[in-house]
Amino acid sequence: MMLTLIQIELFKIFKKWRTYIGFIAISLLVTVIQVGISFEGSRTLNFMTRNLQQEFVFVGNFLNGYLVSQLILNAIFLHIPFLVALVAGDLLAGEATMGTYRMLITRPVSRFNLVTAKFLAGIIYTALLIIWLAIMSLSLGTILFGTGELMSMQSDAIVIFARGDIFWRFLYAYGFAIVAMSVVSSLAFLLSSLVENSIGPIITTMAIIIAFFIISALDVGVFQAVEPYLFTSYIGGWKSFFNKPVDYSTIFKSLMVLGIHIIGFYGLTLYLFKRKDILT
Amino acid sequence: MEEEKIIEIKNLSKQFKEVKAVDGLNLSVYRGDVFGFLGPNGAGKSTTIRMMLSLIKPTEGEISLFGKSLTKHRNIVLRNIGAIVEKPDFYGYLTAFKNLEILGKLSYTDVSRKRIMEVLEFVGLEKRYKSKVKTFSHGMKQRLGLAQALLHDPDLIILDEPTTGLDPQGMKEIRELIIYLSREKNKTIFLSSHILSEVEIVASRMIILNKGKKIVEGTVTELLNSQDIQVTVEVENIEKAEQKINESKWKEKFTTSANKKMFFKLLQEEISELNKFLVENEVGVSALVPTRSLEGYFLSITEKEK
Repeated sequence: MMLTLIQIELFKIFKKWRTYIGFIAISLLVTVIQVGISFEGSRTLNFMTRNLQQEFVFVGNFLNGYLVSQLILNAIFLHIPFLVALVAGDLLAGEATMGTYRMLITRPVSRFNLVTAKFLAGIIYTALLIIWLAIMSLSLGTILFGTGELMSMQSDAIVIFARGDIFWRFLYAYGFAIVAMSVVSSLAFLLSSLVENSIGPIITTMAIIIAFFIISALDVGVFQAVEPYLFTSYIGGWKSFFNKPVDYSTIFKSLMVLGIHIIGFYGLTLYLFKRKDILT
Repeated sequence: MEEEKIIEIKNLSKQFKEVKAVDGLNLSVYRGDVFGFLGPNGAGKSTTIRMMLSLIKPTEGEISLFGKSLTKHRNIVLRNIGAIVEKPDFYGYLTAFKNLEILGKLSYTDVSRKRIMEVLEFVGLEKRYKSKVKTFSHGMKQRLGLAQALLHDPDLIILDEPTTGLDPQGMKEIRELIIYLSREKNKTIFLSSHILSEVEIVASRMIILNKGKKIVEGTVTELLNSQDIQVTVEVENIEKAEQKINESKWKEKFTTSANKKMFFKLLQEEISELNKFLVENEVGVSALVPTRSLEGYFLSITEKEK
């Protein structure tokens, strides 16, 4: 039955126009950034490496599809969360808005199954969005800029990865991004269970993310103390896959924190929804 | 043989902050009943129905459906119930057929394409099965609501204000449908409505609810027979008639007059007695019309409670 419920939820998600906004927005975002870089690319690369050019000579195609795709992955900090919240925030609140809760909950399906199916459908949508980002970035990047070695800038070093050492890093980085964005999806889903209009959860999710980023960025004692507990502090964990050597302990810790948030938000949604009186 | 109880509600209450929407409600509905559930707005009808369908949780009390506790066997009992709760809403961006297909899959029964088309035909929407529900009128949505309630062929059908927003023809069709489902298909129907004449025609038993409490319960005939009947008497000489009435014991039963008509509130057996009195007093009676309706009874009962 769970499989049927997930299929139904995915069917409903992909029959809505708003679902495609995410895919269209990613396509536009990736295209605009890549076309922009193709015009200004050399200057950008020079700017990135300005401090190193006095001591090193760069030979080869460094401005390639891989570098551009890595830059675009930074979109998961703000752009992608909005696109995720757009659908996840509507999963439960949308039913309340349409008045279809009544029709669903009077069927012989437990609230646990209903909430779980919607939650998983939201996660699947999130994963598809990141996969689309990967496909768009890497394929268009390769077409426009070709391939080559990947140059990765770190705080105290510059690392150059050979062609054969790159693809798996992207695979893991996008996998990590799916987990990170699933936290956003879970948060929007939780907020969606509290209200009867999807605008509220979308705006609130974004407000929380922005507020957490601001808290993390401010050099204030109290904020520094809470920073390790904010899920936004771990969203950028994908960058570790482009370090040498890869710090798996940091990645594992980040995944654990993100995973706990996903389970926590889902559990809380379930708890609240099972007790909710359907009055719409 | 004892009749099978399809719905049994014991001491059901629901408290919303300061408001007690339902207060210690008890009722039983038997197999084959068309059970009228009446009450003015805010009486607690929809709250009771929502509790019966597990949309909201009771503060107190027990609901049994088909002899099983709703709390303990929710998913099993809901398989045998079809319902319309207030106005039926659907996924407007999907077709009528897709909406029913989704709801069919959620019903744990094998709802085939043939069955979906069957119920759509039953409610007269077979030609619009490919249309998106957002293009439907209110009446069409109401019909689709009925279709989804019947989709999995349940034994118990709960209808909460099923004719709201329908034109007279639509109301008549729903009424006929209820009678058909009860008589031909032997379905048990729990009908909540504020249109009392509608309940009067179709219901076999009913209760009247006010301020969350049951005021009265019984068969429609019993309840109608227990009330005063409004009788309109058309006389040839209104002044003379009024004078004779005011001098007699009928003065207390006389309510008002207009043109050549006098209005009385009488018991069934008093009607012929009044006619005899008027004739004996040489008041020409051209017409004597008793009007008896559930509406009058309903209003008198709920007025008393105010």
